[in-house]
Amino acid sequence: MKPAFLASAQPEDTGPSNGLLLRLLSSDGPRSRALAALLVVIVLGLAATPFLFGGSQPLGTAAKICVFIALAASYDVLLGYTGIVSFAHTMFFGIGGYGVAIALDRLGPTWTSVGLGLLGALALSAALAAAIGLLSLRVRAIFFSMITLAVASAAAVLASQMSTITGGEDGLSFQLPHQLRPAFRLFAEPVLGLSINGRVLAYFLVFFAALAVFLVLLRIVNSPFGRVLQAIRENEFRAEALGYRVVAYRTAASVIAALAATIAGGLLALWLRYNGPDTTLSFSIMIDILLMVVIGGMGTLYGAVIGATLFVLAQSYLQVLMGWANTALTGVPVLPDLVHPDRWLLWLGALFIISVYAFPGGIVGHLRRRH
Amino acid sequence: MPEPLLQLEGVHTHIGPYHILHGVDCAVPQGGLTVLLGRNGAGKTTTLRTIMGLWQASSGRIRFGGADIARMATPDIARTGIAYVPESMAIFTDLTVRENIVLAARSGPVDSARLDWMLGLFPALKKFWNLPAGYLSGGQKQMLAITRAIAEPRRLLLVDEPTKGLAPVMIRSMIEAFRALKQSGETILLVEQNFHAASALGDHVLVMDDGKIVHAGAMGALVADRSLQQRLLGLSLDAHQ
Repeated sequence: MKPAFLASAQPEDTGPSNGLLLRLLSSDGPRSRALAALLVVIVLGLAATPFLFGGSQPLGTAAKICVFIALAASYDVLLGYTGIVSFAHTMFFGIGGYGVAIALDRLGPTWTSVGLGLLGALALSAALAAAIGLLSLRVRAIFFSMITLAVASAAAVLASQMSTITGGEDGLSFQLPHQLRPAFRLFAEPVLGLSINGRVLAYFLVFFAALAVFLVLLRIVNSPFGRVLQAIRENEFRAEALGYRVVAYRTAASVIAALAATIAGGLLALWLRYNGPDTTLSFSIMIDILLMVVIGGMGTLYGAVIGATLFVLAQSYLQVLMGWANTALTGVPVLPDLVHPDRWLLWLGALFIISVYAFPGGIVGHLRRRH
Repeated sequence: MPEPLLQLEGVHTHIGPYHILHGVDCAVPQGGLTVLLGRNGAGKTTTLRTIMGLWQASSGRIRFGGADIARMATPDIARTGIAYVPESMAIFTDLTVRENIVLAARSGPVDSARLDWMLGLFPALKKFWNLPAGYLSGGQKQMLAITRAIAEPRRLLLVDEPTKGLAPVMIRSMIEAFRALKQSGETILLVEQNFHAASALGDHVLVMDDGKIVHAGAMGALVADRSLQQRLLGLSLDAHQ
């Protein structure tokens, strides 16, 4: 018979509806009311965006948030759960984007092309991540980071140079399968006042795929495998003394994170109907996802949701907000200049510095501590 | 005479430019508790770490259950059935007490009866079952480290100074736990500075000095011979109690 204190750790004790939700979240709930409320607002907000907001910008921002939640969560598996600092993560993001883009460009706008492109990209990402992991994860952390930086730079140069396949610096624009084009209508009549066209379907494809990637990653980090990763992050020698082969586990974590990043890249390409070096391969994206994970809270996965949402919203709307503030403060000395929309990057940087100081364990860490 | 479970023959270990072990020869018999004694810096921890492969022996042979493990990687040595409890209360502080124990059970879920038995040795752990192990006190961390090492049956338990820095009441419960482990048939190699604890538990004793084994024999003989204690350890049991 199972001891009583063992049974108390089981999710069934929390009631039927909570139990189902907790199972979906792999028994790793938010563990803070404020965080739970924030996550509910974000998920419901993203699900309802097409119904709540008109125009293409809100939908584009929401789609970008979904993609970056998946991408930042996959990076958190590496950085937060395994303690690996890799700068090659956008390379896998780019491989996903280029895989879908090249397949749709060359093979035509069909679902088969999407599937083949994504499968090819996943295979290439898995092979590259395994090779980098097995060859480089034995060295000290700083050297591994430098190796990934070199590999990522080489991949970006390669993508630019192989212009006949990748479109070079211009990237690739392509057509989507019929069902994802704006002209396609799923229903003759609007649903809740919204015409369900191909663009809305593309959005929900991105939303549900990102949600699925997130839940799978949550399952992985809460599995026995995930516990070993956390043990390795804390002390690899202790993990080895327990019989765990650290390089094999780190490599497996790298492959899993690379596969999730590849799917995120494929989703972004599908949403934008375009892929180029600046959209998926640039080093600035690498810095962005690093900030998303750190600001949200490393080693929590939920931090990726909060970090990606805040970051993308700030990127998309800070300039607009500052424009309003600039107009409102006309006539006041100095202040209008300070909040001039052209200075939005300065304020974005200041906001991030303040948030890192205010929440050293990330926003999720802070909310959980308060709880 | 039966072959010892663990045997070190002429083991030398270098850490960087420093020559720490100078040809260690010793044996740990199957069953019972062997204590490794010696002053600070004698090479006791290095011996355990060399057995585990955390520092590679530069020369010599380490035979465990008849197989040479001196050149094996640490995870492979652990998989031969050796569990190691380092001196630094080496638990995973971010993981809960439960996760720490489950992590050590590589072959599947922890057997319920075994779990009951282990937590019977250290009942305090039950109370903190779902708490991150970083919140435990020093003694509780040491209890968790030992429980983790025995989460699955192992052929040999290497334990490095389990009573170091613990309050007397904790030391007493640690001694009781090791007695129970001995009675269950575990083979234990224990590094210990506390001669009172060592003499209460040990069946066999190895004394190290300057990277070499300078004495091997029955613990009873060392306890009975005060001049030998003085010569090997610079103390007598009476003075230490």
